[in-house]
Amino acid sequence: MFPIKHKFKNFSSTKIPKVLEINPLIFFTLLTGLILAFLLDLALGSVQIPIQQVVTILLGGQAEKATWTTIIFKFRLPKALTATFAGAALGVSGLQMQTLFRNPLAGPFVLGISSGAALGVALVVLTANITGVGVLFKDLGIIGDFSLVVAASLGAALVLGLVLLVARRVQDTMTLLILGLLFGYATSAVVSILLHFSETQQIQSYLQWTFGSFAGVTWRQMLVLAPVVLLALLISVMLSKPLNALLLGEAYARSLGLGVQQARFWIITSASILAGAITAFCGPIAFLGVAIPHLCRSLFNTSEHRVLIPAVIFMGAISALIADLLSQLAVRQTILPLNSVTALIGTPVVTWVILRRNSRTSFPK
Amino acid sequence: MNDVILHTSNLTIGYKRSRRATRIVASDISASLNTGELVCLLGANGVGKSTLLRTLAGIQPPIKGKVQLQGKDIYKLAPQELAKRLSLILTEKVEVGILSAYALVAMGRYPYTDWWGKLTSKDEKIVKWAIESVGATDLAKRNVSELSDGERQKIMIARALAQEPVLMLLDEPTAFLDLPRRVEIMQLLRCLVRETNQAILLSTHDLDLALRLADKVWLLTEGGFLHIGAPEDLVLTGVFTEAFQSEGVEFDVYTGEFHLHTPIRGKVSLLGEGMKVMWTKRGLQRAGFVVVSDSNSQLCIEVISTSEKVFWQVRYNGAVSEQNSMYELIRFLNKVAPLVR
Repeated sequence: MFPIKHKFKNFSSTKIPKVLEINPLIFFTLLTGLILAFLLDLALGSVQIPIQQVVTILLGGQAEKATWTTIIFKFRLPKALTATFAGAALGVSGLQMQTLFRNPLAGPFVLGISSGAALGVALVVLTANITGVGVLFKDLGIIGDFSLVVAASLGAALVLGLVLLVARRVQDTMTLLILGLLFGYATSAVVSILLHFSETQQIQSYLQWTFGSFAGVTWRQMLVLAPVVLLALLISVMLSKPLNALLLGEAYARSLGLGVQQARFWIITSASILAGAITAFCGPIAFLGVAIPHLCRSLFNTSEHRVLIPAVIFMGAISALIADLLSQLAVRQTILPLNSVTALIGTPVVTWVILRRNSRTSFPK
Repeated sequence: MNDVILHTSNLTIGYKRSRRATRIVASDISASLNTGELVCLLGANGVGKSTLLRTLAGIQPPIKGKVQLQGKDIYKLAPQELAKRLSLILTEKVEVGILSAYALVAMGRYPYTDWWGKLTSKDEKIVKWAIESVGATDLAKRNVSELSDGERQKIMIARALAQEPVLMLLDEPTAFLDLPRRVEIMQLLRCLVRETNQAILLSTHDLDLALRLADKVWLLTEGGFLHIGAPEDLVLTGVFTEAFQSEGVEFDVYTGEFHLHTPIRGKVSLLGEGMKVMWTKRGLQRAGFVVVSDSNSQLCIEVISTSEKVFWQVRYNGAVSEQNSMYELIRFLNKVAPLVR
């Protein structure tokens, strides 16, 4: 049916580069880096455990000290896994949002997901003994370790639901971005009101949550966190092609045959589930989601999502593990707030990389 | 084989503002695009060229009537099926981030590739063919953000070609380009439409180029009328003259040129023959003088070319002066113009 078919024979054999040149060496390096960071995160802390011993313990062998096995399995392994998931999830979520909204400042929380989670947490923490909400959770028997997570998830899900509801009616993506920001402000306002009427002690425990931490996740919670994050990451990988089309803008993406409305639904859903799940379990960790995509664009010198998504998964995980390490090592005997570490250490590093590559042209406008 | 690619009958285009209010841009459009035809859509700003293109591209549903692409209603085709038949180039310059020109052209294979976007060897052949067809082989490796506007537009055309469409719609593809680049792109499109047997519809403000290159002109005028015909037909039936009269430009049916209304400042006699005199005449007309070829005017100019130089001898009120360039000549005339009758 195409009248141009016969023309293909005539092209000369000029060497033209392939679109996708994922260098296997780079990904091998990334994998090695991830394993190294993971092992270091297990080895270092208030009690130092030699790397060989860590490996032995992980492989099911007998450690020199029995307490080391307990420390690793009970505390450090879930924490390191959480950091790995969190870094990967927030990075990918941020990348998707930046591409969808064609905005370099976008991140996992632009649609108000974290504000929703914060509202949930604030409701539980600040009203625990006053109103019926805390009682409700108590009655359901989940006021224990799960209560904050459930509250944060519900808050994040509420905002996500609202955004998706609006997304179905609103054609313009930029309007959606503005509405997301407004939802965020509205929920933050409610949190402020709650804070205003709360006791110092309650405010303290709410603030604790906003600092962010990878340490709170138990194995039982991991059974929820891991599958949710892995599933959403899988969806993100499958969205690489639509995301590439969106680099050209919505009008061109549509003309290439992309169902923009549907793609937008899946992008928002997967990005928000990633952001929401991590926020629910670890608190609002803002920096990684915005910075990691920029870091990867500069390092790999491409906007191609089939390269960027795997790259962001690795770089995000490595960065989160390093941040976790530093938060424990920076000051002896105490643990620094995770959010402070990611922002304080990460800002100069990412600034340097981006400026060095002069990435003024690196972002689709 | 039927060579009508796109067909509309009694199409009404416009916007649905709300449930009741609609703004109709143009109505009763019955037109068709045939294989191997380059069609230029002309019309003043705001007359509805983009709305028409958007409606034909399947982006903005018509208020009434159907758009049929190879006999199928384009508003019932799946997006992917439409993308295999119709490709689009828009005015706005897109910033795509860090992508090579090759990768951007390969994006044209989007409707054909699998979920991961993997290019088969056939896809790669088509991408290479598209790049060569627009003469952009040297650009393939370069980053899109480093390309000039003209180069980028070539790559965008290659991308549209890689979609293997039967119809390409272009909304002012030459708007940001300088004149040589405009001619180049238009000529490229004309060659492509002949080679590939597709149809190309493009909107443009380049009246001159459109008159010279288009197989057919669609002229959209105030009030939403679409005049269709070969460029010469529209000139001969007076449609062109009428359409541009209201725009403040005058279409000269003898030369095919557009003239601006310039206030007349005087009468000048011009003596001599040949190319230099022709340009002198143009310059004088630009400055607002009526040029006559007899020597009875108060002001008389003779173009004299020797083997060494060209100069303009001006006789005015019995005095003779020499001017060494057109610029000097016009400055001199401006000085004496108020005195000329």
